[in-house]
Amino acid sequence: MAYSEQEILTGLAEIVSEETGLPTDSVSPEKSFTDDLDIDSLSMMTIVTLAEEKFSVRIPDDEVKNLTTVGDAVSYINGAQG
Amino acid sequence: MTTARDVVITGLGATTPLGGDVASTWAAALAGTSGARTLENDWADKYQIPVSFAAQLAVTPDQVMPRPEIKRMDPSAQYAVIATREAWADAGAPEVAPERLGAVVSSGIGGIWTTLDAWDTLQEKGARRVLPMTVPMLMPNSPAAYVELELGARAGAHALVSACASGAEAIGYAVEMIRSGRADVVVAGGTEAAIHPMPIAAFAASRTLSLRNDDPQGASRPYDVKRDGFVLGEGAGIVVLESAEHAAARGATVHARIPGVGLSSDGYHMTSPEPEGRGQIAAMTAALAEADVAAKDVVHVNAHATSTVVGDLIEARSVRGVLGADADHVALSATKSMTGHLLGGAGALETIFTVLALRDRKAPPTINVDEPDPELVLDLVRSTPRDLPAGQIAAVNNSFGFGGHNVALVVTSA
Repeated sequence: MAYSEQEILTGLAEIVSEETGLPTDSVSPEKSFTDDLDIDSLSMMTIVTLAEEKFSVRIPDDEVKNLTTVGDAVSYINGAQG
Repeated sequence: MTTARDVVITGLGATTPLGGDVASTWAAALAGTSGARTLENDWADKYQIPVSFAAQLAVTPDQVMPRPEIKRMDPSAQYAVIATREAWADAGAPEVAPERLGAVVSSGIGGIWTTLDAWDTLQEKGARRVLPMTVPMLMPNSPAAYVELELGARAGAHALVSACASGAEAIGYAVEMIRSGRADVVVAGGTEAAIHPMPIAAFAASRTLSLRNDDPQGASRPYDVKRDGFVLGEGAGIVVLESAEHAAARGATVHARIPGVGLSSDGYHMTSPEPEGRGQIAAMTAALAEADVAAKDVVHVNAHATSTVVGDLIEARSVRGVLGADADHVALSATKSMTGHLLGGAGALETIFTVLALRDRKAPPTINVDEPDPELVLDLVRSTPRDLPAGQIAAVNNSFGFGGHNVALVVTSA
């Protein structure tokens, strides 16, 4: 079963909120992981690991550096769904 | 006579089976409360573990710590950071240059929950699901590192490991850091979070745990004739140590002093203390000599006494061997009767108890001693606290660990 973009955003916001303590409604598509959400590389890899499990997708390490904003990650996960 | 590099204690913090902070823990100890309970899980049945109880924290970290912090720390580090925050506040959040601030925090077992959870994840879900923070969480220096990061300490962060002597050895090393001039303030102590079915099964396999499943609160009974092993506990104790000069300059309240640290090793057996207590005697003798405290000035001993058949008596004879006839006026307390055995946290928590006993002039009780072992050659404080004398008084806190590690700390009143 595929997740909608809204479902992916909601699920990703929950993961980011658990990792950072930020409220879920602050994790909006235009936010940059590093500049706006202050997420370091280790936290980013934790988020990727948890998102892969939650959405049953694979996010290769080479792709992670292209995921600048929350919206980038939502789009990638949406496209990667089988 | 006080000198500039004398080491004083200006802050105390703890989270224990008796309470979520020092005040509640100390009140429960003076009231003779046991922190042991039957475990509310199915471990004993599921894994056929012969022990179904332990002394778990009175206040769990999720009640006092934000969830993102909890997720990135092993429980052993969570406990250490919680205790550190209390100790630092108790010390009045001293202003100290980061280069003059150190952290020494030990664990006897390390991040066992993180290690075994990650192994479960690897087996069940594969390498792709193992979390990136696994190594920083499981490494034995993780609690020391988190305390260092919490305070921005730059004089050095260390994690000495010596099993059940670890917490006391950490404090001893911190004392040395201040004496040698490497630091003015050091946050030090020990932590443990090993109430997990694997270590319980392993300690049970070594026949060191009490099997008194039908009476958890009566299971830890050091020096009682019916003692049958220790009760596994968990938690952390952290102290703020400071040079006397630094504490005086900022007008800090001094809880007590640590003028003597004695260290030795048995060179005898992995798990059994050397029967004549030579190593224990050497550690206590060295600590008293360094402190320049005479046997007649020692009024209280917080014993390592874990409630094992052999270990308790060897220690009592060692104390008698060191203090001789002066041991007659020593109030001996075995607080593991109430807290259970915090392993790497024990020596630090018991240092805090020793400090409070001197400060409040009250030696805490040793509960569950219905019939003292006839071979006990010391005056045990039993069901109620014992008043300690006024004036300058001294106490010894003993901690011993698997491997034959012996640590004796001499604590004196402020």
